[in-house]
Amino acid sequence: MKTLRYVGYRLLQGLITVWFIATVTFFVMHFSPGNPLAQEKAVSEEIMENLKANLGLDKPVLTQYLIYMKNMALFDFGWSFQHENRKVNDIILEHFPISAILGILAITFAGLGGILWGALTALYRNRWPDIVIMLLVILGISVPSFVFATVGQLMLVISNKSAGLELLPVAGWGTVYHMLIPALVLGLGTMAFLVRLMRTSMLEIVNADYIRTARSKGVPLAQIFSRHQLRNAILPVLTILGPSVAAITTGGFVVENVFAIPGLGQYFVQAVQQSDYGVIMGTTVFYGAFLVLMVIVVDLLYAVVDPRVRLE
Amino acid sequence: MTNTESHIQNTDTRGSGLQLAKIALVAIVFLVVLTLSLGWLNAMLPSGSVAKHAIDIENNSISLAITQEPPQMNSMRTTDAVSGMLLGHVKEGLIRHGPDNQLIPGIAKSWELNELGGTFHLRHDAYWSNGTRVTAHDFVFAWQTALKPATASPYSFILYPLKNAQEINKGELEAETLGAVAVDDFTLEVSLARPAPHLLALFAFFTYLPVNQEFYESTDGNYGSDADMMIYNGPFKITSWLHARSLRLEKNEYYWASERTKLDAIDFPHIVSDPNTTLNLFATNKIALAGLDLQNIQRALNNRWDIKDHIDGSVFYLAFNLREDRITSNRNLRKAIQMVTDPQELVYKVYRIPGNIPGASIFPVWLKGVNGMFRDEFPAPTHTPDVGLALEYLEAAKSELGVDNIPPLVFLTGDSPTSDKQAQYYQNLFKETLDIDIKIDKQIFKQRLAKSKAGEFDIVASGWGPDYDDVLTFGDLFASWNDNNRGKFRNEELDNAVRIAENSLDQQERMEAMDVVQRVLYEEAPIIVEMERGSVYVIDERLKGVSRRSVGIDPDYTRAYIGDDSGE
Repeated sequence: MKTLRYVGYRLLQGLITVWFIATVTFFVMHFSPGNPLAQEKAVSEEIMENLKANLGLDKPVLTQYLIYMKNMALFDFGWSFQHENRKVNDIILEHFPISAILGILAITFAGLGGILWGALTALYRNRWPDIVIMLLVILGISVPSFVFATVGQLMLVISNKSAGLELLPVAGWGTVYHMLIPALVLGLGTMAFLVRLMRTSMLEIVNADYIRTARSKGVPLAQIFSRHQLRNAILPVLTILGPSVAAITTGGFVVENVFAIPGLGQYFVQAVQQSDYGVIMGTTVFYGAFLVLMVIVVDLLYAVVDPRVRLE
Repeated sequence: MTNTESHIQNTDTRGSGLQLAKIALVAIVFLVVLTLSLGWLNAMLPSGSVAKHAIDIENNSISLAITQEPPQMNSMRTTDAVSGMLLGHVKEGLIRHGPDNQLIPGIAKSWELNELGGTFHLRHDAYWSNGTRVTAHDFVFAWQTALKPATASPYSFILYPLKNAQEINKGELEAETLGAVAVDDFTLEVSLARPAPHLLALFAFFTYLPVNQEFYESTDGNYGSDADMMIYNGPFKITSWLHARSLRLEKNEYYWASERTKLDAIDFPHIVSDPNTTLNLFATNKIALAGLDLQNIQRALNNRWDIKDHIDGSVFYLAFNLREDRITSNRNLRKAIQMVTDPQELVYKVYRIPGNIPGASIFPVWLKGVNGMFRDEFPAPTHTPDVGLALEYLEAAKSELGVDNIPPLVFLTGDSPTSDKQAQYYQNLFKETLDIDIKIDKQIFKQRLAKSKAGEFDIVASGWGPDYDDVLTFGDLFASWNDNNRGKFRNEELDNAVRIAENSLDQQERMEAMDVVQRVLYEEAPIIVEMERGSVYVIDERLKGVSRRSVGIDPDYTRAYIGDDSGE
């Protein structure tokens, strides 16, 4: 009961957050310079009036806002300005699953890799595995993902050419083989970050009381490592995982672009460049709600993993 | 003591390491299972054709990439080049472009023209892909619909030469009053608001394509949004369109000249905006043609691929702001800047992309004149850069303006890498030669348009791509009434010349008028023409018969075929 009430409270809070995001985005968008209907080639006043009337942009901004909010409450995000004849709902429904699949794979790469490599570095602290991995981690954190993406793709071209057959496809989407390298590239930055976090967290608890107690009780050291040290060290990593899920799923634009993956990311970015009000609002609100939801999920998971955490 | 301790620590690490390895093994198994199930999940989503080769000899088809998803394929509302290219493959208007870029009969078999219109006779063997005939009514319907205010067609102005078109677009007249009447199914009577010497060239443009009314109404407002939301009367038809993923065109058996179509299918399995990815797909034999840019041209050279180029038709220029409150409204200042700019240096030393041509006139080299090429018949006025003369102009400008120093000029430009190079080049050049500072104002697309429309610049980097194959597509750009005249240049001599070219049916007279435009633009220097853009690309050597053009659909694969592997 207490948990249920907590979840309800958090959801309500989330709803207000999403409304806030929608409102701010709406007004910033409308008051930023640039006419969404302008084309490279100028159109006459009469044509511009026709265009505006067609999309309801001739009404006062406040009226437009109220109409939008009403529709949004009914989960109707309206039409895309740029991809005419396509509803923003359809765009999200069609393309988000692709971004999500790529994102889930990437976050799993990142999560598992981060925890395992992090544990390894802590175990071999200041010895060569630690040094080598930490060097790679610095690389992973500082190199932007488009570099990894471009280099990764070039390596695919080279290896396919030298093998004389297609080991893995260079770009595109459709099969499992298309997913692997993009997901790895997408997860790399987060993985590097998690390795460092995991390492610090492992080393922090090495001297904790309960570890010392376990040692003095004569628990086998390997068991202490896996049961006590590893499990406890994962907690901070879990906290960061929620925002990373959102960051990876939404930040996939660069990787999607390089590997020609038809995800939602390209719509998200193109919409801003093209001032496509419909898609800007739709994707922002959708991603906003997604992020809010992820944070709530992680908080709930936290309680499951760590019995000391109480939901209130 | 130390010995034992390190021994304990070693076994400790080894034991824990073993544990970690076990966990890792579980993790790997988990990852594999997850990947496979995600792959399974993804297979449930609709997906296009992917694992194709650039050239598929067995199926007589080719694979290509497009740079963006067509926003929609409703020809009455289309504005972008990708949609235009695709529409050119799947639909046909009264007139089309032939393999050598000449205008050839399309759905119109023959025609008689007079001063204010003409009669077009349509061929009887033209069908839509659903088996119904292509009739004169389809043209009338499309043109009327494009002009209705409710359609809100951005390109409706291209129909304005038709009688009453502008009034219909403003909502002052009913669509039925349009100067296009279907006398019977195969006779189209066209009346014009004013003489249009470029009428046939206009008829090849996509806004003039026919649309079948019955089918249009059956789509319930979704015309052109999907493969089954259109019918086709061109060489190909769209058989699959997965948004942002892929498109497939197949030979249209209903096309009246289907014997001209050699390919059975054209696949667009990739929609790629990244030029490097495009080149990688070409390198791994996935697509048959890839455009090159500044960054990846070197790679193509290193691979010794056969690099081709053609002029894509666009002309780029710097436009000065001539609004009265702007310092650039001073002619001597503009002349000074004109005298130091050097298109040769910009094209050959700064951009260094093969294919680009240094600009000399707003009229590009490929435009036709009276008998031959316009630029051969009416050479553009040119000069060699002359800093001495430029400084004289500058001194005159300073005394006219009553200033000791020219204040910094605002240079409005886009956010592409090429724009950066260009802006920096001018910044250096103007500082070194004239001691004029440039403030670079870099803006994203829509903001740049807003600023240039509002006149918030001294110099704006601009470009113009042609709509139709006639001098007028460039010639009227700087007429005082043209909205694309961003700097608000006003010149009576130029305006008169444009009116002559718009109304006269005498080609000699029209071209002479355009020569006046060319001369005025040089002498008054409201713009400085920089270059004509070339497009550089690599093409699979087995693919033949692809037409590249400066105006009209480009690239044109309607007559392409798969040739012998060994070349000619």
